[in-house]
Amino acid sequence: MITRLNFDSNLKQLKDMLMEMAHKSEHAIKESINTLINQDIEKANEIIKNDTIIDELEHEINNKAIILIAKESPVARDLRKIVVALKISSEVERIADNAVNIAKSTLHIGKEKHIKEIVDIPKMMDLALDMLSDSLKAFLSEDVDLAKECAKKDDKVDEMYGTLVKELLGYIQKYPAQTNQITQLAFVCRYIERIADHSTNIAEHVIYLVTGERFDLNA
Amino acid sequence: MSAITVHRQVFQINDLNLWYGEHHALKKINFPINKKEVTAIIGPSGCGKSTFIKTLNLMINYVPNVKMTGEINYNGQNILNEKMDLVELRKNVGMVFQKGNPFPQSIFDNVAYGPRIHGIKRKTHLEEIVTKSLMDVALWDEVKDRLNTPALGLSGGQQQRLCIARALATKPDVLLMDEPTSALDPISTLKIEELILKLKEKYTIVIVTHNMQQASRVSDRTAFFLMGELIELDKTEKIFSNPSDERTEGYITGRFG
Repeated sequence: MITRLNFDSNLKQLKDMLMEMAHKSEHAIKESINTLINQDIEKANEIIKNDTIIDELEHEINNKAIILIAKESPVARDLRKIVVALKISSEVERIADNAVNIAKSTLHIGKEKHIKEIVDIPKMMDLALDMLSDSLKAFLSEDVDLAKECAKKDDKVDEMYGTLVKELLGYIQKYPAQTNQITQLAFVCRYIERIADHSTNIAEHVIYLVTGERFDLNA
Repeated sequence: MSAITVHRQVFQINDLNLWYGEHHALKKINFPINKKEVTAIIGPSGCGKSTFIKTLNLMINYVPNVKMTGEINYNGQNILNEKMDLVELRKNVGMVFQKGNPFPQSIFDNVAYGPRIHGIKRKTHLEEIVTKSLMDVALWDEVKDRLNTPALGLSGGQQQRLCIARALATKPDVLLMDEPTSALDPISTLKIEELILKLKEKYTIVIVTHNMQQASRVSDRTAFFLMGELIELDKTEKIFSNPSDERTEGYITGRFG
């Protein structure tokens, strides 16, 4: 006889909710970088407003996880599935916060003409998005190898972050009147770097979920 | 330098096989039992866990057609091979069963039963043992004013604690518990669990339980039995967080068994 069908179906729902939240966050950061490039104030405001939807999803996931712990007394992998859902939902929520931060930078820059065409920041964002996508795929398929691959890309993001910030700060002397814009762009680089870090954390949670072992992918 | 915990073993079971007639009920069990630890034994019905615990004080000998091979070393002495003094063995390795089974006597006489058999006659000495044993099981305050009333008048939870006190009265070394709370209400169950945690300061405890949360709460190490085999024996935290064998995982997460 197959046991715990109801519990299994609830665990599946928890995972589905988390994936839905993750895809919304992923979408928000993609949009946020577009608002920055296109100086789209209206869209930026929309991203900021829609963040509450993602926050609410996180609360729903947390509530469901807590009820499952209380009702099902989960152990071993079942317990890790629930704890990891709690942890990943928190990473995903912070990723979405960075979409909000980027949208706010768009507002701070406003309609001021960019000091130069924004090319490298989207490239860095593509790398971070790639990491996020890998980490989520790794979570979905419980793939430890893919989780490890994802984390390897973090070094490249960190390297780009260092180069870009250095370059941007160099522009301050050349364009002192645009200091606000340059600082905001440097902040955006920082936000993207944080997104990559959260993706690495998701990858670490996936490894814990599958193996039960803690793994520091930044080491 | 890493700290190494050295456990003194009370029991060392080597290659223990047991047959009920033709039925091979325990298969090549190797099982060390550490001193002053709680070892929990879990597994589905018919896996051999009760059979195993009954070998440790040779209660199994009461079952007809039992044959055993291998070694059960208790404090270095193989209780299977040598001419064992069973009374002495069972004085040292006490047992508590599923349901409290007090004798139809007074509370006092129940606890004093063992010491009397072992020759203690002086009233003050017996009173001392009875008081101490009842205090050890946290029953003293509840029964001190009615020690001479029938034990069968106690509640189920109290009867079970009385039986534990009766087992402790002979100053055992090891306490075997075969599903000691399966017939008790939740609060009585928690009282017994608290008691187990307290008793392990002085005694080595082996507990068979169907309640996996109980095993995870009270034991230091957990053994998982399946179809007469010892599948996994490890620290309880390990068994319930990340067991090595997928059959253990299947059982503790309720996917089979």
